[in-house]
Amino acid sequence: MKRRDFLKNTAVFVAGASVSVSALDFITPKELFAANPQLKWGFLVDTHKCVGCGFCVKACKTENDIPYEANVTRTWVERYVIKKDGDVVMDCPKGARDGYTTKLLDQNHSGMLLVPEDEIAQAFFVPKLCNHCTTPACVQVCPVGATYQTADGVVLVDRSWCIGCGYCIMGCPYGVRFFHPVEHVADKCTFCYHRISKGGDTACAQACPFDARQIGNLKDPNDPVAQTVLSQRVGVLRDEYGTKPNVYYIGLNKEVR
Amino acid sequence: MVEQVAQMIVHGEAWTVKDLFVLPNEYVYWSIQIVMYPYMTGLVAGAFVLSSLYHVFNVEKLKEIARYALVFSFALLPVAMMPLMLHLMQPLRGIHVLMTPHFTSAISAFGIVFMTYAFIVAAEIWFVYRKFIVESVHRLNNKQDRSGLESLLLPIYKIISLGAMDLSKEALDSDHKAVKFLAGLGIPVACFLHGYAGFIFGSVKANALWMTPLMPVIFICSAVVSGIALCIVSYYIFMEMRKWAAKRGKNWLLPDALAQGGTAIPVEQLRSIQEHEVKMTSKYLLIFMTAALTLEILDMIFRGYTAVKSWDALRMVIYEHDFMKIFVYQYGLGNFLPFLLLLVPGLTTRRAVIASILVLFGVFMMRWNVVIGGQAFSLTFAGFMEYHLPIIPHDIETFKEGLGGMLSVIFAPFIIFYFLNMIFPAFMSDDEVH
Repeated sequence: MKRRDFLKNTAVFVAGASVSVSALDFITPKELFAANPQLKWGFLVDTHKCVGCGFCVKACKTENDIPYEANVTRTWVERYVIKKDGDVVMDCPKGARDGYTTKLLDQNHSGMLLVPEDEIAQAFFVPKLCNHCTTPACVQVCPVGATYQTADGVVLVDRSWCIGCGYCIMGCPYGVRFFHPVEHVADKCTFCYHRISKGGDTACAQACPFDARQIGNLKDPNDPVAQTVLSQRVGVLRDEYGTKPNVYYIGLNKEVR
Repeated sequence: MVEQVAQMIVHGEAWTVKDLFVLPNEYVYWSIQIVMYPYMTGLVAGAFVLSSLYHVFNVEKLKEIARYALVFSFALLPVAMMPLMLHLMQPLRGIHVLMTPHFTSAISAFGIVFMTYAFIVAAEIWFVYRKFIVESVHRLNNKQDRSGLESLLLPIYKIISLGAMDLSKEALDSDHKAVKFLAGLGIPVACFLHGYAGFIFGSVKANALWMTPLMPVIFICSAVVSGIALCIVSYYIFMEMRKWAAKRGKNWLLPDALAQGGTAIPVEQLRSIQEHEVKMTSKYLLIFMTAALTLEILDMIFRGYTAVKSWDALRMVIYEHDFMKIFVYQYGLGNFLPFLLLLVPGLTTRRAVIASILVLFGVFMMRWNVVIGGQAFSLTFAGFMEYHLPIIPHDIETFKEGLGGMLSVIFAPFIIFYFLNMIFPAFMSDDEVH
């Protein structure tokens, strides 16, 4: 065969093969296991009901093997104290793992702060967790695709593929990500995917004594979470980043950031 | 027990001090190695641009330093990757960036851009030194009693000659053309390599300080500034060392002489070359400094003027927490003072070198203030974080992301350059080399 012929034949073969291969519809694992257009996970937090007991944080740490003493957590509860003069003081010692048992506000390096009761206009707690955004910044910036979005809307991290660059931690506007102290890869809330995909509840929602946390299917009109999100005045955190969060809050103040 | 306790220390906790309200997972995750990363890529890009000024635009005055800058840029190249490897929590998986690049991420292109650039620099060096390589093969082949080093060099030269032994006039002319083409192609690629490092930061929408479209341009300008400054400083130091060594016959300080035999250049000539090159190069330094400074100040004014939500926190960081680092170290010592030193008439070599050292420091502080400063405030804008560089390491992590890791990155290019200089003599003065 002449060189010219060889090149010609090769070109024809490659062109022909690529057309026929593209005709095949590859079945991705994503479609195989999780394709369910009727399912999109969402979360509802009722801040009026939260008392800051920290049971959710404890339950989460235990359920998901986040070292108990480590100063990182997949979910946490913030305390807000709004003073009559408009000042806002916040704290979140150890992610509220041990609950709020004192009136002293932990200001880290600035020490403890006590706001006199007659100066307080209002005070409340805000639980936080991964927002499992519809357009997640963390998934966008992961250089190796180790963090990804499932078909039912949950954002997960592949521990066997994460290189630990920290770009997703920097990219998340909500500060929900951290480096797992034992696994040494990026880690965050999974909505307890291993539980909810088997029909269970998330560990935090199950541990909450006052039903301040609820997980549900936003696509099911009969789901209590979906009904609340549709029919009540709910808010999301920091929508200015365009991430379209899927954790909804009842009673969200403008002071909450 | 010790291991258990060590495990409880979260990455970032060892060097972060939190103040007021900071989210529980917030730490200074990107520390000294991420300061070093844009600094080193900046030096690579800057050194290359300097060498291209001669090769592409025929700035004849930069002839001597151009060849040096090219070889030094090549020595810096592998070191630009070092901070990333030291920073990764899973360094062995770093290759995943090349294997499964996720193209929506700015970092994923790193491998491709970096490799492209590395090939361009390598190819340019090959064309510049091809004549020398071929001559070396002949010279070493004909030599009867080769020293140990020479016996080692001969196969190296044979391999890197790639069998292209043609030294006819036409062949050399086409070498010349190739150098010019590659140097020209290299400028946009070098700018892209570094502008894209700026994009990595500028595109983080969660970070109020980083997110600006000016970031890539600021990074390119400061890269060229720091690259030129490093070439001036290192060129001066190497020349001083060579003068000192040439006088006393200390050949181990002259790797090229060690490898190629004999000290080629007399001391007097060394001095005049050094003076001429350093002064000429510092003029270009001034031009690029003006551009870099203009952009940085524009960015700051714009933030203050528009004063969006984040400005309250940024103002606290810029004008209070980091005042010394930004206005005294970066702008004062790193920009204003060297500006004066270079502008005052009657520039001497020593003054140009001192100014360049200050410029290098200033650009380092700029990287520091961007990377660390960008993490100095909480995402909530209600609290602050302070970074303390680990000096004495107590585990591998505090070494990698501490003073030890930083110094390793700083010294590595010089060690590489020492050996590279044996193969490609960067200070060779004969006119045969382009």
